This record gives sequence, C-alpha cells and structure tokens, in this order.
Amino acid sequence: MIYADNAATTKMSEAAIKRMIEVANENYGNPSSLYVFGQRAKEILEEAREDVAGIINANPKEILFTSGGSEADNQAIISAAELGKKKGKNHIISSKFEHHAVLHTLQKLEKNGFEVTLLDVHEDGLIRPEEVEAAIKDETCLVTIMYANNEIGTIQPIKEIGAICRKHGVVFHTDAVQAIAHLKIDVEDQNIDMLSASAHKFHGPKGVGFLYARKGILLTNLIEGGAQERGKRAGTENVPGIAAMATALKEAYANLDENAENTRKKRDRLIEGLSEIEHSALNGDATKRLPGNVNFCFEGIEGESLLLLLDDKGIAASSGSACTSGSLDPSHVLLAIGRVHDVAHGSLRLSIDEKLTDEDVEYVITAVKEVVEYLRGFSPIWRDLTTGKKQFIL
Amino acid sequence: MALYSDKVMDHFRNPRNVGVIENADAVGEVGNAKCGDIMTMYLKIDNDIISDVKFETFGCGSAIASSSMATELIKGKPISEALQLTNKAVAEALDGLPAYKMHCSVLAEEAIKSAIKDYYDKNGIEYDKELFAEGHDCAHCCDV
Repeated sequence: MIYADNAATTKMSEAAIKRMIEVANENYGNPSSLYVFGQRAKEILEEAREDVAGIINANPKEILFTSGGSEADNQAIISAAELGKKKGKNHIISSKFEHHAVLHTLQKLEKNGFEVTLLDVHEDGLIRPEEVEAAIKDETCLVTIMYANNEIGTIQPIKEIGAICRKHGVVFHTDAVQAIAHLKIDVEDQNIDMLSASAHKFHGPKGVGFLYARKGILLTNLIEGGAQERGKRAGTENVPGIAAMATALKEAYANLDENAENTRKKRDRLIEGLSEIEHSALNGDATKRLPGNVNFCFEGIEGESLLLLLDDKGIAASSGSACTSGSLDPSHVLLAIGRVHDVAHGSLRLSIDEKLTDEDVEYVITAVKEVVEYLRGFSPIWRDLTTGKKQFIL
Repeated sequence: MALYSDKVMDHFRNPRNVGVIENADAVGEVGNAKCGDIMTMYLKIDNDIISDVKFETFGCGSAIASSSMATELIKGKPISEALQLTNKAVAEALDGLPAYKMHCSVLAEEAIKSAIKDYYDKNGIEYDKELFAEGHDCAHCCDV
C-alpha cells in the first residue's frame, strides 16, 4: 500500500513505539503517588514536558498535556473566552477554513453571547494579516488562526498575525496540529500565546497532544477532578503516550530540514505530474504549503469514486468531497478558498512523508491520471463540458 | 467492516450498461452538480419494452452502483414494470446502502422515471402526472 494520508494520521515511528512499550512496562506507577516508583513516572512526564517545551522555545510550565489536538483547541478557545468575559470582551476573530475543533467551539460560544468574526480566506489559501488587524475591535479577546491548513496545507503568516495581536493586546492562539514537526516553531519569536498539537500527526501515538499556553494565561478546566497538570486537566496522565509523543517530536526535529527537503521535492513532482491532467487545479499556494501536502480539484468527477478506485490500486488518499464525509456538502475549506460546489466535489488530497519513494510518486501520478480519465468517460458533467453545453470552470 | 457491500463494490468497479445510446427513444437526467450526483439514463423502447438501457453518472461509489443496478433491473422489462421500480428495490438488490447514501438509490429511481416521462412526452402518450411528481428536492441535501 502507498500511504498518502499522513494529514489524517501517521504510522508511529519505531522509536516512539519502543518508548511507549518501555514506559508501559517499566514505569506504570501513578505520577501522583509518593513512593519512588510513582515519582519515576512523574520524572518521565516532566522530561517529556521539557523536551516538548524546548522544541517550540517555551517554558515547561507552559505545556499542558491533553488527549489531542481537539481538546487543546477547545481548552485554548474556551479559556481565552472566559478571560475575555471577565474583562467585558466578547469578540473573537478566526477564519472560515479552521478545523471543526475550532469552528464548532466558536459556534458554541456564539450561542453563549460571543460575537465571532470568521475572516475570508483568499484564493491562495492564505489569510492576510492586515485583514486580521482590521477586524480587531476594543471587545476582541482572542484571535485563533490555524498554522497550516489540514486540507490544502497552506502556511499562514503566523509571526505577522502574532505581532498584530501583541500590538493590540489580544490573545493569539494557533492550531498547529498540521504544522508541528514539519516546520520550525518558536513561540517567542512568532508571538504565539497559545498553540495546539497532536502526537499522531507526527508519528506519535493517538490520543495524546498538548496545549502551549503562555505564562499568565489562566486556563479553564474542561475536565474536573484531581490536581494533575497543575490543576488544569484532571485525570491520571497518559505517561507512555506522552513519553512516546516526546520521542516522536524529538525525532522529527532532529531530521527536520532533511525530511522537509526530501518531501518537498516529491510534493513538487506530484504537483507537476497531476497538473498535466486537463481541467484540474492545485488548491492553495504552490510554495507556501506544507512539504507533504498536495491537493487538487479535477473537473467533471466526484472525489469518493476517485478514492475508491485509487484504493483498488493500493493508494490511500483523502478527498474533500461531500460523499466521503457523511455530510452532503463538500469541504468547507475548498468553499472558503472560492471553489464552487461542482468543482469542490472532485478534490483529492495526498499527504505524503519522506518515506514515499520516487517510484511511488510516478505510480501515483499514473494511477490518478487513469482513474480521472476513466471516471470522466461516463460523467454527464464531463460530457456537457466537452460538448460545450457547459462552460469549464477550471 | 467496509463502507459498502460486495455487491455495491462489484457494480461500482464493473458497472453494467455504461455509456450513451445514440438516438435513444428517451433520455432522463436528474440530480445536481452542487449536490455531487448527476445521473443520465438512455432508453431504447420497442413495443413498450425497454430493449436497451445505458447510463452516465457523476457521483460517488454508491451513485454509480445504484445506476448500474437500476439498469439491470429494468432491461428487457415492459415500461409499466420499470415504473414500479422503487429506490428500496435498488438498494435491496445491492445488499443495502449506508443510510446517508440512500439518496443515491432515490436518484436512480427518478432517473428512470424521468426517462419514461420523456418517452411519453415525445410520443404524446397520456399518463398519470401523479406518477412523476417532482419528488426529489436537492435543497434537503445541501444549501442550493
């Protein structure tokens, strides 16, 4: 199988698996216990916290371990909203193409009296810092903009947006679930107040993530109970998972430049090869995107059929088609960058890593070309487009 | 468990009666590109018997499989019988569809009815308009 869905989840690295088993076997004590055996587990937890903090240039005390990216997003947004409310501020700025962990949390806040401004995303899949600034009001308590988009991989001008938020005294959160382990992140240099991450997107285990919250930002608990995580997240810590996350993250950053360069070359070859398909278009800026993200729309076909036939050819990929999601609307991300419904249904996301070989890349290009041509062969839309009954969009 | 039954996958991978009938006696097209499904049915009709049928579909796996199965179920049958074909029968013949994919079988039923209506209209044949009530409203599928 050619696995080209690393934005959905990744294979755990051998080192992370080894670490997880090792800790589960040897350090199963409860970090809250007083005896040495428990305290050893506590040490492992704190070592992991130091490792994670070091990578993003934060203080270990600013790292809160969570069950993953969604929990971190929820807690970040709800905490900033609570802080805002205390100061009489009830306005939040975000964008139309955020992950649902952000959008649905914002919808909930809207029902509770918050005003939410969702910025438009430009056709290149990028948010303009000046538009963030223009949307800031006296009542704004939070700006939350994703670091890199999960579907089209576009990398946002985080440092600039952060600087604007600093200038106006507004808390800035970024969902960095797709970006971390692929890009260098420095929360100090990039003016980031809060950041969410998830281990299974960088060859770590599922069900573990973290939230970075700058010192001074009081967090609101989502889970009440014991005093774990400085009293901000109750529940016995997932020590093996957290240790394995730290291992995977360190591993990713040890090889960051080499892996990114290698992956980027393959991404660009995929983009070049798939661009040869007529009436297709790359979604999102060609260069300001994650090293492993390729996202195309092919006019006249529907994404789910494309995925099923690629699956038959041994390729695991993803689509923003409505039919793949269980809902009937196509991807909100593709709609946000201005793709119309008809075209958005025919999208394909390949999210690759450095392990993909050059032969795999050529195989994928050939396979996608074949499947698109086959499906267009009996598509009434394609017939209308080629006979001139309908105008091509792409 | 896989998303689709083996039968759905078989009809998706090897769709029966794919294509166009040139000079068809009747053509029906239903669906909406916005919703992500369009089906076109072509019928050849001899003495009220559907002697040939072909389809073209833009849509997901279950839309293609539903079209294919529907053509098999009506080929060689009298028009009156084809008019009786329900979406449930199409879905059952495919060993079931996931609940949120049932609209694909509805589309297949409607494509056949739309083609038969075209045949009646073209030939000045009177029919009960109730049979062809505009049943499918895409508005419930997505924000049209």
